[in-house]
Amino acid sequence: MTEAKERIDGIVHKNDIVLFMKGTALFPQCGFSSRAVAILERLGADYETVDVLQDPEIRQGIKEYSDWPTIPQLYVKGEFVGGSDIMMEMFENGELQQLVGAAAE
Amino acid sequence: MAMSASEIERLIRAAIPDAEVAITDLAGDGDHYAAKVVSSAFRGMPRVKQHQKVYAALGGRMGGELHALQLQTVAPEEKASD
Repeated sequence: MTEAKERIDGIVHKNDIVLFMKGTALFPQCGFSSRAVAILERLGADYETVDVLQDPEIRQGIKEYSDWPTIPQLYVKGEFVGGSDIMMEMFENGELQQLVGAAAE
Repeated sequence: MAMSASEIERLIRAAIPDAEVAITDLAGDGDHYAAKVVSSAFRGMPRVKQHQKVYAALGGRMGGELHALQLQTVAPEEKASD
């Protein structure tokens, strides 16, 4: 495992719900990240965020870690859930609420 | 650098031959698209894998040359329910 992968692995396993995004929850720097935060807020989720713009190693590493080319990326209980499109789809059909609720227990 | 809708469609069809692809240019700027892809190849596949299959078809352009592609993937039998 590379150093970046090890760091990412640590983050996703240490936090039950973590969003890798551009910017912060308060000041998202991209529309997709903003949408992802809005969904988690709407669900009342207790989540952490990682600003990839502050960390080039994680910004690149996270794409390899999940084999996913874009940011934001949501992880729940160490598992990659998806990007903002999948989050929206799962939010609309209630799946995300279940997943996030289960993670909080 | 932007990509044309027809190029996106061509790449997806080349990798997933039975795919029905519908592309919308969201902002009219050739840089922000939404794509709906229907293929039997998605049957029984988790959503993340379905999207990864489309990203693979785009051969690394996603997140680079192609900045924004809202993606919806569907297997044919799920089509009626959306």
